[in-house]
Amino acid sequence: MNQHAAFTVPAGLWTLAWRRLRADRVAMLALAVVGLFLLSVLLAGAGLVAADWEDEVAVNYAPPGFVGPDPALAALARPALPAPPNAFDPLAGELAVLQGELARRGGGVQAPKAATLPFGADKWGHDVLKKTIKGGQTSIVVGLVAALVAVALGTLFGAVSGFYGGVVDDVFTWFYSVFTSIPSILMILTVAAVLQARGVATIVLILGLTGWTGPYRLIRAEYIKHKAREYVMAADAIGASNWRKMFIHIFPNVSHVALVQMSILVVGFIKAEVILSFLGFGVPVGVVSWGSMLNEAQNELILGKWWQLAAAAGAMALLVTAFSLLADALRDALDPKLK
Amino acid sequence: MLPYILRRLWQMLPTMAGVVVLLFVLFNWVGGDPSYLLAGKMADARAIANIRAQLGLDQPWTVQLWIFVKQILSFDFGNAWSTGEPVSHILSSRLGPSLTVLVPLTLLETVIGIALALAIAFVRGSLTDRLVMVACTVGMSVSILVYIIAFQYGLAYKLGLFPVQGWGEHFTENLLRYAALPILIGLAVSIAPTLRLFRSFVLDEVNQDYVRTARAKGLSERRIVWVHVLRNAAIPIITHVMSNLPALLIGAFLLERFFGIPGIGREIILAVERSDFPVIKAITVYVAAATMVFNLLADLMYQAVDPRVQLA
Repeated sequence: MNQHAAFTVPAGLWTLAWRRLRADRVAMLALAVVGLFLLSVLLAGAGLVAADWEDEVAVNYAPPGFVGPDPALAALARPALPAPPNAFDPLAGELAVLQGELARRGGGVQAPKAATLPFGADKWGHDVLKKTIKGGQTSIVVGLVAALVAVALGTLFGAVSGFYGGVVDDVFTWFYSVFTSIPSILMILTVAAVLQARGVATIVLILGLTGWTGPYRLIRAEYIKHKAREYVMAADAIGASNWRKMFIHIFPNVSHVALVQMSILVVGFIKAEVILSFLGFGVPVGVVSWGSMLNEAQNELILGKWWQLAAAAGAMALLVTAFSLLADALRDALDPKLK
Repeated sequence: MLPYILRRLWQMLPTMAGVVVLLFVLFNWVGGDPSYLLAGKMADARAIANIRAQLGLDQPWTVQLWIFVKQILSFDFGNAWSTGEPVSHILSSRLGPSLTVLVPLTLLETVIGIALALAIAFVRGSLTDRLVMVACTVGMSVSILVYIIAFQYGLAYKLGLFPVQGWGEHFTENLLRYAALPILIGLAVSIAPTLRLFRSFVLDEVNQDYVRTARAKGLSERRIVWVHVLRNAAIPIITHVMSNLPALLIGAFLLERFFGIPGIGREIILAVERSDFPVIKAITVYVAAATMVFNLLADLMYQAVDPRVQLA
């Protein structure tokens, strides 16, 4: 027997999972992409990028730089000429005073509007690239927070249900069967109809309150399995309370299930937010999200202005692909048995 | 068999009661007083009191719950608030258009999904297999909205291969002319997740002992996959398709909305937009009931195709 082996601490679940994940090149690439998106969310949230997305910096529907300027829009790019003096204008005197005031404050000169932008402009001349980053911030934050709420609820219910068993379990399982008998999209629409307030918090609430069933089922099964294990009996023997056993002793051993569930839910919730906002049941007017961008882009496409659609759809597809690949890899790395 | 069915139906009662109470709580307490919504902007106290009396909102909550239960059992939810159309008529007349799109879509999706999944099973683990799976992940990542907008713009508006939207009087015209593009888009959207799922069902089977036995007695790989594996993989596939049918009825709401198909899905979007609570309540209750019944049907079919399964 090797003397050393007795003293080395065996690698834990997370270390092993990280090693498996590191070996998976696709997963690492996906992780990098997701990381970049999260970074852009943080920067946008801190106001460091895309804070000025609402500035009308270009002509309406300015095409992307690689397409070249649209000659039909050239006239719009020039700053408006001052109106010729009109002898009959009753407000001429007051206007002259106001314009003098403007010029004195340095706001009189309008910046010339760009004819093209790196990825074009929307109906109002907003930079589509910045708008996509800002919209991504809304969609990703909604997806992450809603998934956190759903997993937290599912874990709490699943833990109580699986740990106590008996009547408590019966009640929660009944609750679960009630929620799963209503298709999730119908549940989401029903709750959206009842909660009249439109807002980011409302969507998070809707998605979080309807999405807890998946995590509940798996976490409950884990708790049923774990509550009879020796380490829980040991905790019992030293007088640990039930809540301590559930969340200090057992939870770390089932937290990987919660993490995998959360990564799966984020993908679904980002898609759901986009659909809700597209239909007008999601973010309020004035807040941009990928869904509200797609809503505008639908009408722009008929005019041949495809860039807002391409930007929102492309950014979303890239993030969701990366997130799905990462979720799959996480599942494989953390729990090879879990399907 | 019969005692089993009766017991399952009996077990549905508490779940159904839960659905009823959940909806009752949502619409009567969480949602606030709908009479303010109905009375409009220029309402006075008397108009609101009138509406409250009409809806039974001035009654104790037990009476209100009983009214709701009676509505469900008698299929009579009164008239829609926004249009005045009887809710029962909305349900019965919107079902046909929905099914015109959904039945062909489900059949095609299942058949194509099975064929592709079995074909992939031949080359499992190969580069083709991995590429197809990556393509599926990418395909699933594009929002269904993008599929619909792009297909409707490209195939219908630009190329004129299909009508941009519309719905007619006759079944054949609807099916062949108006439902064709929605069905095509539905297929494009659903084939990736379906293929991924069916592939996992098939791959669960190919490592079983009976496959090795079949191979050992000299059967061709083709016969093994198409006859032996297919019959066993059919079990989870049938269960999946059956229990998903009621959800599909709602899931097609985006297709119905974009293509102007007067189905159940479009109706629920309209009802949510107009805060038309009776319509939403009715659709939710009956879809939930249908989900439970179809789950039971799926279990019964499960036993029909697999004699090993004993329903007890």
